[in-house]
Amino acid sequence: MTVSSDLDRRFREAAVALDLVDMGFDVVDTPIGQLFVAASTRGLAAISFEADPDNQLERLARIAGPAVLRSPKSVDAARRELDEYFAGRRRVFDLALDLRALPQFTVSVLHELARVPFGETTTYGALAAAVGRPRAARAVGTVMNRNRIPIVLPCHRVIGSGGDLVGYAGGLDLKITLLELEGAR
Amino acid sequence: MRAAVRWMTMMHAVTIPPFEHFYEQHRIEVHRLLRRRLGTDRADDAFQETFLRALRAYRRLEHGEHLRAWVLTIAQNVALDALRRSRPSAELVETGIEDSRPAYEDLADLTDGLPPKERAAVVLRYGYDLSYDQIASALGSTPDAARQAASTGIRRLRRSASS
Repeated sequence: MTVSSDLDRRFREAAVALDLVDMGFDVVDTPIGQLFVAASTRGLAAISFEADPDNQLERLARIAGPAVLRSPKSVDAARRELDEYFAGRRRVFDLALDLRALPQFTVSVLHELARVPFGETTTYGALAAAVGRPRAARAVGTVMNRNRIPIVLPCHRVIGSGGDLVGYAGGLDLKITLLELEGAR
Repeated sequence: MRAAVRWMTMMHAVTIPPFEHFYEQHRIEVHRLLRRRLGTDRADDAFQETFLRALRAYRRLEHGEHLRAWVLTIAQNVALDALRRSRPSAELVETGIEDSRPAYEDLADLTDGLPPKERAAVVLRYGYDLSYDQIASALGSTPDAARQAASTGIRRLRRSASS
């Protein structure tokens, strides 16, 4: 005999309601497949194209503490905005972000990245210049590559100065899909 | 020195598993124990209470060892509280943990004769190095009460050892 899904759900809801969860996560269905989504009380902390939670939880625990629990409620806001984005009804995400434990340069670059508008693209060099480090295009590339919150922090909008797509954590096909969804290609 | 402390802190962060893994690993056994102690009807509430107490104390754990014994101890105490609420208090002292005793390991035999609360406090304090704050969270009491229970338990053990 196992623990009923109703009891399981009640425990998870109570844990969140009592503010005992450092980081809540869930797997969210989208038109591009399942996404792993995690959020703390500070805000959205992670989106991963690898939906299997097992590989992500240790990393989240190192960021936020060991009270990491699957809890659909924790990611409700992110789920709703992602739904709207993929349905073509949202162009700007209005979510608080949890950027804890990231170096200052990374945070600066991500803040600039967040300002790249829906449907437009920029380059690694332009982002580097925007944070006052014009020669750091390669370092900006590394920040994009390690972006913990893709889609919401739109690293898919960053391309090479020659117009080539360069790379994407979810695969180049996905980068093209997202740019097409935004009408950027 | 400071680097050493930071390294220890980091190691601890690594060795305490994410709560989700801990919960997945122990929930069936906890529920089974509570059903045996309280019956099917009351087991569900006690299950939720057990894991909420565990979660409350989880952030302050010093290390990730003996987590199974730790959560079963919490479950035993939640069951005890539930039984206490439904029985006259005179019977309580004898409501031991005689069946399905969790693995107290080293302190098991030593503390066998203690009343359940004192036993839990002694085991959590000296077996698992938990602070009184953590023990209070685990037992659903206060740090003062936890300290009191542990010290009464130790005195009782000393008396029985010297007699």
